[in-house]
Amino acid sequence: MGYNFNFRDIWAQTDFIVGGVIVTLWLSAVTMVTGLIIGLAGAAALVYGPRWLRVVTASYVEIIRNTPLIVQLFIVFFGLPSAGIRLDATTAAVIALGVNLGAYSIEILRAGLEAIPRAQIEAGHSLGLSGPQVFRHIVLFPAVKIVYPALSSQFVLLMLATSVVSQISTPDLFHVASIIQSRTFRDFEIYVVIAVIYLALALGFKLIFAGIHQLAFRRR
Amino acid sequence: MIREFALIDVYYLLLATRWTIGLTALAFVGGGIVGVLIATLRVSPFAPLRVIGAGYVNIIQGIPLLAWLFVFFFGIPIVAGVQVSPWIAATVAFSIYAGAFLGEIWRGCLQSIPRQQWEGGAALGLSFAEQLRHIIVPQAVRVAIPPTVGFLVQLIKNTSLGAVIGFIELTREGQLTNAATYRPFTVFIVVAAIYFAMCFPLTQWSRRLERTLHVAR
Repeated sequence: MGYNFNFRDIWAQTDFIVGGVIVTLWLSAVTMVTGLIIGLAGAAALVYGPRWLRVVTASYVEIIRNTPLIVQLFIVFFGLPSAGIRLDATTAAVIALGVNLGAYSIEILRAGLEAIPRAQIEAGHSLGLSGPQVFRHIVLFPAVKIVYPALSSQFVLLMLATSVVSQISTPDLFHVASIIQSRTFRDFEIYVVIAVIYLALALGFKLIFAGIHQLAFRRR
Repeated sequence: MIREFALIDVYYLLLATRWTIGLTALAFVGGGIVGVLIATLRVSPFAPLRVIGAGYVNIIQGIPLLAWLFVFFFGIPIVAGVQVSPWIAATVAFSIYAGAFLGEIWRGCLQSIPRQQWEGGAALGLSFAEQLRHIIVPQAVRVAIPPTVGFLVQLIKNTSLGAVIGFIELTREGQLTNAATYRPFTVFIVVAAIYFAMCFPLTQWSRRLERTLHVAR
């Protein structure tokens, strides 16, 4: 192989790469919070809601889970403007990612809620707690604890999937990589560097989630 | 020149769906081969092999699929000095990616078989490979079918990223149709509907299998 590896051009772009990492982290964090809120609300609707709400929520989950993220992103970013809703790339990315993660979170958290024995809920009611109080004090914590591993690995997958938003030119880490590629023509080097950064981010998120698990669930 | 979005475009999108299915099939076969290897490494009695298997899974699952596609389509050709077609780049990248996920799924299934089954095999004088082949795998396959069908849905959806390296499948055809008709909302809703029509039955099938196979145990 007569190829000379040259990473120097890429180190020269460090500030630019750091900017991309920040956008990726920010996108991931916002999406995780949104996804968790949608997930909890949707799972509660699926398990305790009236019939029409269950049908609506289940349809949302199935539609999102059975279509690709990139197509959802295209519908929000390219499609919605023809309905008069014009969004910039970052807002579109946040909406599409949040809606996507929300559907997966609902499915995961629903399993957690259903795993809580009925007797525990009845015990709560017989102590005179209201419905929301039972949910808040008796159901929520054990339910999240049961599905925590599935939920956290879904969140890590989501962080990696944020790379797809580069396709609507949201300035995330992957988009930054494409720009550096076109500036330096160092295709191999830049994608190897970016891959290593994503690997480190994935590892970082896994450690943080393990830490949260330790703090929240171990002592009780 | 901008033309109207017509029924013929839906027909073209359906034709392009062939390549989505084709790529999924190739990736599933390639990923299946890698997955069998990884699952075997992960349950092997020899620790270094288990570490190699776990390392592979962690590295592949820790890097976005998009990055793998770019490495194989843009990166490797420059280093190796050869031209790589989107078909080859996509097939290789998806196989490597699917292999990690299938390997993990199947490892879980192999490990769900009680230890005593392995020990029983060993007591009969069977080697590791013979225990796996005659005792563990026949039982694990039943457990493995529902999650494998579930992963097939993931794979169909993920092939949409092939569009990014110019692989003409359903999503790429959608982009091209959009460029010609400029009806993004209609075009991508149709594209999404075609994906849904492929994935939803599989999802339901996977759920039903999970119930029936679980009951039979």
